[in-house]
Amino acid sequence: MSLDNSSAREVLEPILERYSRNPHYLMQILRETQEHLDFIPQWAVDYLAEALALARTQVQSVIDFYAFFYSSPRGKYRVLFSDNVTDRMQGNTALLSRMLSKFGLTQGQVSGDGLVSIDTTSCTGMCDQGPALLVNNYPVTRLSSQRIDQICELIKKQTPLKEWPTELFLVEDNIRCKDVLLSTEMVNGQALKRAVELGPEGMLAEMKTSNFRGRGGAGFTTAVKWEACKNAPGETRYVVCNADEGEPGTFKDRVLLSSFPERVFEGMTIAGYTIGAAKGLVYLRAEYRYMLEQLQAILEARRKANLLGKDILGQKGFDFDIEIHMGAGAYICGEETALLESLEGKPGRPRIRPPFPVTYGYLGKPTVVNNVETLAKATLIAQNGGAWYRGLGTKLSTGTKLLSISGDCTRPGIYEYPFGVRIAKILEDCGAHDAVAVQVGGAAGTCIARHEFGRKIAFEDVSTSGSLMVFGNNRDMFEVARNFAHFFKHESCGFCTPCRVGTTLMCNILDKIAEGKGTIYEMNELSHLYQLLSTVSHCGLGQSAGRPVNDTLQKFRPSYDRRLKQKDFEPAFDLDAALAPAREIMERDDIDAHLGADL
Amino acid sequence: MNSENTFIIDGTPIPFEPDQTVLQAALKAGVFIPHLCFYPGLKPNGNCKLCTVVINGRHTSACTTLARSGIEVENNTPALHDKRRLLLQMLFVEGNHFCPGCEKSGNCQLQALAYDLEMMTPHFNHFFQNRKVDVSHPEAFLDMNRCVACGLCVQASSEIDKKNVFALSGRGIASHVVINTPSGKLGDSDFALSDKAASVCPVGAILPKRRGFAVPIGQRLYDDLPISSQTEFLTTREA
Amino acid sequence: MLSPQEPPKRKLRVATTSLSGCFGCHMSLLDMDERLLDLIELVEFDRSPVTDIKHCGPCDIGIIEGCVCNSENVHVLHEFRNSCRTLIALGACAVNGGLPALRNDLDVREILREAYFEQQGVVSSTIPNDVELPLLLDKARPINEIVRVDYFIPGCPPSGDAIFKFLTDFASGRTPRLDYPLIRFD
Repeated sequence: MSLDNSSAREVLEPILERYSRNPHYLMQILRETQEHLDFIPQWAVDYLAEALALARTQVQSVIDFYAFFYSSPRGKYRVLFSDNVTDRMQGNTALLSRMLSKFGLTQGQVSGDGLVSIDTTSCTGMCDQGPALLVNNYPVTRLSSQRIDQICELIKKQTPLKEWPTELFLVEDNIRCKDVLLSTEMVNGQALKRAVELGPEGMLAEMKTSNFRGRGGAGFTTAVKWEACKNAPGETRYVVCNADEGEPGTFKDRVLLSSFPERVFEGMTIAGYTIGAAKGLVYLRAEYRYMLEQLQAILEARRKANLLGKDILGQKGFDFDIEIHMGAGAYICGEETALLESLEGKPGRPRIRPPFPVTYGYLGKPTVVNNVETLAKATLIAQNGGAWYRGLGTKLSTGTKLLSISGDCTRPGIYEYPFGVRIAKILEDCGAHDAVAVQVGGAAGTCIARHEFGRKIAFEDVSTSGSLMVFGNNRDMFEVARNFAHFFKHESCGFCTPCRVGTTLMCNILDKIAEGKGTIYEMNELSHLYQLLSTVSHCGLGQSAGRPVNDTLQKFRPSYDRRLKQKDFEPAFDLDAALAPAREIMERDDIDAHLGADL
Repeated sequence: MNSENTFIIDGTPIPFEPDQTVLQAALKAGVFIPHLCFYPGLKPNGNCKLCTVVINGRHTSACTTLARSGIEVENNTPALHDKRRLLLQMLFVEGNHFCPGCEKSGNCQLQALAYDLEMMTPHFNHFFQNRKVDVSHPEAFLDMNRCVACGLCVQASSEIDKKNVFALSGRGIASHVVINTPSGKLGDSDFALSDKAASVCPVGAILPKRRGFAVPIGQRLYDDLPISSQTEFLTTREA
Repeated sequence: MLSPQEPPKRKLRVATTSLSGCFGCHMSLLDMDERLLDLIELVEFDRSPVTDIKHCGPCDIGIIEGCVCNSENVHVLHEFRNSCRTLIALGACAVNGGLPALRNDLDVREILREAYFEQQGVVSSTIPNDVELPLLLDKARPINEIVRVDYFIPGCPPSGDAIFKFLTDFASGRTPRLDYPLIRFD
């Protein structure tokens, strides 16, 4: 497909204009281009590179880095099945096969007429209502055979997505347990007014008193981060809301953004007021694209209410506004420096730290990067004060934590608990009666076995970004670890040697064991690789990529052992199958043309 | 020696100047730390991880860590050598490194490090990835089989040559170097053999055409002296 | 009281073979020149091109040159692994596939067609085919991808010095170790 210059201009110019031809908006420009053209053709790459004064490889490398950008035509309907382990447990594999066979396609293939392509993708954050899929980035949840058939019909009839039954796109909140954040009412602007009364120093003091720690997983004290950024030299500062909720099994930020967005935006505004930033950026994961218009409408309403914009709440010089940037399918962008790279329109490769974002962040300016939940909770501290907040939770982990609970339980969904809650209590509440394991903190988290269910959710015990996946008695923990290992391989950015190569090696070894070709040799290899990845990798992704394997090796060893051969070594490939091409061309099938199982 | 601007590597005091990294100061002082993706004069980018050292109990890249007075660095330890050897083995199985037929053999930094760290085998199963060779340029060829994705050519081309000929594209194990021309061919770029980007490649991925095996075996860079005793060469070469 | 004793004065039994290789590593073995006489004090040869013994008996050491390229290589390699207490990969091909592995990005059917039909000057109209002829594997592989391997001596070929150092270390009960100039990949 090629377009003459005038058609190219017609499609691309309005997009370029909307983003003022600013190359830092490359991600957004590419996303909108693809929303028009279904993929990003070569002529568009050339045109955009020239218009943005970028090298064409800079544009191409962004397209190649992100899973949701396509250089070659995909289907007009691009179906991506969420492939988290919870989707697997809910039967997504059979549903995927069903859809593939309806269209006579293999996974990843585009139908001959260009109508449809079907593939898998990393967790889409719908684990409490899975199995789920995305069609052109819009989520369809609670998949069943009937639902798949219905979707196939709609695609075959080429029904525009806008005309699909709305119930298909219904995403539920499933809030099951509320504590202070989810049950406290907030009139828009109320928390912000209080912050303004306190003044930046006063607000910071309340944050300090609260001893509030970031909810993204690392648990860094928020006030320390805000203060470091506030005191960093320079005029321009930024507040970034990390809504790249990619950790498998996590969906609490989705619920906050869909049902409590005012709190999130107000928290950003308070952060901006406190540190002296005039601009906030939300980095929203591509899987939550469906929320974009709604969120933008809320921002517009807040501008009208003078809660954003110039002289907010009548305070001379209190200027702050918020922009939403969409991601494009890269888990690594949840890492704050990769996120900043992505915001700047580049591939999401983590930066070298130091310098840290508080002094050198977005566009090299001091930047606070906070999780969605962190910012939402800052409004509570503004409303009720740091001392009140400090009274909740434990001494080292103040306040409450939102948990996204999925897997083998009768009531999956969102649970808010004060820190210090025991895992056993959570399991009881969510109806997980036969749990043998809980993966806390997503694929990068910790696998907790039954004997540890007395442990507490807290930074000082079991720390979590909020994902809690329950595995019942009949689950095979080897396969759970293997699913996570493949996730990390898919999501490794490729920057550093240990993660780039090590995640692939780990998958190869686990696949070998899964095929019944593993021996004690492979078990040692896995431990060895884990040791390397966990210490030498550049960022948290590589450092935690081996954890699910290491944890299950320790706690669910028999799930590995039962697959092992009682030999000292077995090749990873099938020797007899390796002779097949030669057999074919030589037209031989005698006994010497085979390598038997006697080897 | 002023203790205010020294730090310790394996018990030895190392002097440093402001803004020097641990790796730079160590090499300057004649203490070798294995490295592949660092080249003097180019901004350290820290991707190969071979220069991993332990500072105050934490593993970190010596090439991106600024030297600070008083820090204690573990470098020459069996545990770190084990890790570095594993990293080398990863690079060897990721690409297709056939030393006997490579023009860079004997002058190759990847190979020299493998000798120095006594890497007797690549150990892991080879990926045998199908990678491209680009012979479109009149003076030089690219053999991606040998590329270790260190990014030095990308940096040299943009930072020194101001040409932007190379870029890293793709993600994860599919990361690869691409050429900034519509055809993707080096021959269509303004790359020249005199570019700095042509000389910084630590392996045999970018090499001049019609010039192979010019130096006899025995006289090549790493034939006699291990890379670990050539710190002066490693610091004085300039990008 | 136990005291460290001299190793027993039994000669080590050694088998050697070349799978898909060029016999260059065996040439290197002969390159020890007069030190072969020292070596022969320490070892005796079982199956090897040196003895022309066709099958491997129980051995202390099996030395494999060459990579695994075809079905016969697989059988021989298994015979060695099953008969030898210690298995050593000798040379680039055995260690990492070596030059034969350069074919690994090509389809073996294409390779055979090219070699026997399309190559300039080739007049044959068939690919040699007989039950006696082993079939090619789809990829040429280093031996450690087929069986467990205990030691590796890289080099193309490893020098006679390297082989001598390795074997004398081994025979004297020292963990074999090659010093700097002896480790070579080319």
